[in-house]
Amino acid sequence: MSDALPKARIATASLAGCFGCHMAILDIDERLIELMKLVDVDRSPLTDKKRFTQRCDIGIIEGGCCNEENVHVLHDFRRNCDVLIALGQCAIMGGLPAMRNAIMHSDAPLRECLDEAYITGKYIRNTTHNVPNDPALPLLLDEVYPCSQVVEIDYQIPGCAPSGDIIFDTLSKLLTGKFRGFEREIIKFD
Amino acid sequence: MGNGHAINHDAAAPTCEFTPIPEGDIAAICATFGNDKHRMLDILREVQDRYHCISPSTLDRVASHTDLTRIEVEGVASFYSFLSLVPKGKVTIRLCDDIVDRFCNLEEVTAVFEEVLGISIGQTTADGAFSLEYTPCIGMCDQAPAAMVNDVLLTSLTPETARRAAEALKEGQSPETLVSDRFDDLTPHEQALRMVDNNVRHAGEVLLGPVPEDAGLNNAVGMTSSQIITAVEESGLRGCGGAGFTTGRKWRFAASERAEKHFVICNADEGEPGTFKDRVLLTERPHLLVEGMTIAARAVGAQQGIIYLRGEYVYLRPLLLQVLEERRRRGLLGEAILGVRGFDFDIRVQMGAGAYICGEEGALISSCEGLPGEPKTRPPFPVNRGYLGYPTVVNNVETFCHAARILDKGASWFHDMGTEGSHGTKLFSICGDCLNPGIYELPYGHSVWEVLEMVGGQDAAAVQVGGPSGMMIARDSFHRKLTFDDLATGGAIIIFNGDRNILEIVEYYMSFFVHESCGYCTPCRLGNVFLQKAIQKFRKGLANPEDIDYLKELSGTIIETSRCGLGMTSPNPILSTLQNFPLVYSAVSKPSKDGIRDTFDIQSAIDGARKIAKRRSYIFDKDFTQ
Repeated sequence: MSDALPKARIATASLAGCFGCHMAILDIDERLIELMKLVDVDRSPLTDKKRFTQRCDIGIIEGGCCNEENVHVLHDFRRNCDVLIALGQCAIMGGLPAMRNAIMHSDAPLRECLDEAYITGKYIRNTTHNVPNDPALPLLLDEVYPCSQVVEIDYQIPGCAPSGDIIFDTLSKLLTGKFRGFEREIIKFD
Repeated sequence: MGNGHAINHDAAAPTCEFTPIPEGDIAAICATFGNDKHRMLDILREVQDRYHCISPSTLDRVASHTDLTRIEVEGVASFYSFLSLVPKGKVTIRLCDDIVDRFCNLEEVTAVFEEVLGISIGQTTADGAFSLEYTPCIGMCDQAPAAMVNDVLLTSLTPETARRAAEALKEGQSPETLVSDRFDDLTPHEQALRMVDNNVRHAGEVLLGPVPEDAGLNNAVGMTSSQIITAVEESGLRGCGGAGFTTGRKWRFAASERAEKHFVICNADEGEPGTFKDRVLLTERPHLLVEGMTIAARAVGAQQGIIYLRGEYVYLRPLLLQVLEERRRRGLLGEAILGVRGFDFDIRVQMGAGAYICGEEGALISSCEGLPGEPKTRPPFPVNRGYLGYPTVVNNVETFCHAARILDKGASWFHDMGTEGSHGTKLFSICGDCLNPGIYELPYGHSVWEVLEMVGGQDAAAVQVGGPSGMMIARDSFHRKLTFDDLATGGAIIIFNGDRNILEIVEYYMSFFVHESCGYCTPCRLGNVFLQKAIQKFRKGLANPEDIDYLKELSGTIIETSRCGLGMTSPNPILSTLQNFPLVYSAVSKPSKDGIRDTFDIQSAIDGARKIAKRRSYIFDKDFTQ
């Protein structure tokens, strides 16, 4: 890896995910040092930068879209990044949060979901008996959307969470223009 | 069926009560069919006809009489769209909802029925008198719009004739009186012709010209099995239902299979939208059909045969039964046919119940066996192990008729007609935007242009050859020839002029396949739904250029991973229009702006939450003020 290569800028965000994919990024371990020779990190929970400081080469998205803020952030990433990567199952397919999409045969699925989560659920200890409704809370979407339904996604790195090895390998190849898709072993089930 | 009822139900219908069924009636119906589980479709049709519904208690009782479990009976009852688990009206009006009917003012005709009967499509009147439904192509595209009123056919409907019919029905007249005051005095053939025009526009040499009675059969009784099959092989006859398998080879496979019994089945389930040629043969050449089946029986050593008649053609059942009875009387069916000892063969008519998939050989056999009409895994092929596990020859109506003529006039007479590889004549059922829709019997090898000139459809912009599972071609392909090797068709040719919206047609055909998929294979059950949704995206102008790749990729998956012909051909409306009308797709797709998807609508996505939270969005409501 030549020092002459200009450094790429990357940004990351976690939407409706569990932050596990960001933890997996840290699983790159000491190779982070190697990776940091190739990239600068812009907007990201890892840098705690809340806004883009300039246009980025790569945006990495963990999680799908369950609320309006997720959509807003995703739009922002799409507009500010040349290449957008969906990292992990939630970003790619909606993942665990998308389980609420299974409430289909109801006239008001979102209401039913909130009621069970905050009021009627068997193991709920919510002394207010209300669904939280602080004005600062972003509005929920009618269902959980995978990122690719909201914006165009250029690459998907599968896994729940993808291993640090796969993330490192894919990023290194993308940065050096050598990425040619995944081996079948990595993307097949079981 | 799998997705079967998606079109018609869910409407908040006024519902009527289950008709109480006297004890013993169900037992009597089951006994009529020997309490035989293989006659389940007949049993359930009979119940449906008499009581307009198959109630939960009926399921139990039918199950106990036929020694099945309730769920097996329910599996059959819920599969076929003409059987209903909820009460239906004494008179069920099924309007044909084919694309050709839609282009012939179906909407206004529907509105008249809805207005007069006071119910919407999918509903039943509260007094249990009427149900109103849509049904896919009923084989009357040359006289659209058409409707089934119980077992009676109404054709070439206009808002005026529809009003007269609906009002007469509402006054309590029987469906039959809509056809004639003295309906019962007419012969079955007259009844059929009063209801449905044959529209034979061009009679060819083989089928619709003069045909001597039983000349083929008379020759066949003097021949050995092998001689008959050789004659059919040498004629070059290929199956006329669409797949085009060599008939002689099929017969030889079945004949060489050693088994206790053999069966001959006639596929009269022409459900491919735009196909209505067998309707005319069944009306005008029923004897020729039975003659052909009898010859096939002689060739393969079968003693029993079945004519599987599509539910939509129930009006032809009395005619067929009369023909079979007459032939029994004349010694042309039954024991020792034409006095030949050991030549025994008889035929029963199996009614279908509104399932396109039953036109597929394996599904048709399942249906004859009293099962849901699901295709069977191949191999074994029906010629090896078909109906009830015995070697079975399944051929189309037209194929049997051709075979009878070949035995009369000789193999080379037939072989000399048509082109190399496609011998003899073919019935084409032509409909849509042309002056003379109807039946044309032509030798193979005519170009589409020649046919269009014949039917008065020169201003065609698109021609659907072979129905939705065939190909949609554009003017630059009209020089192509109607043969097995160029443009193959089971008979359907549907003409569309330049005013028609190609994508509307494609979406309709996809909705047809969604409705008719039996649901067994996931790629077909779900894939066709996804394809239909993708086409809707194009129609709304929300598609991206990549969506064209998506259509191709998903189509490829469905074709490769479905086990029967339905899934292997259902993406054809999309694939053939992508190939022949690429500009239609590119004109309505555009790259998304900034990579943001137009198909995702944030306003509708947050609308529910806005109402629950009783506040607007900080982010997406531009006029937000605290």
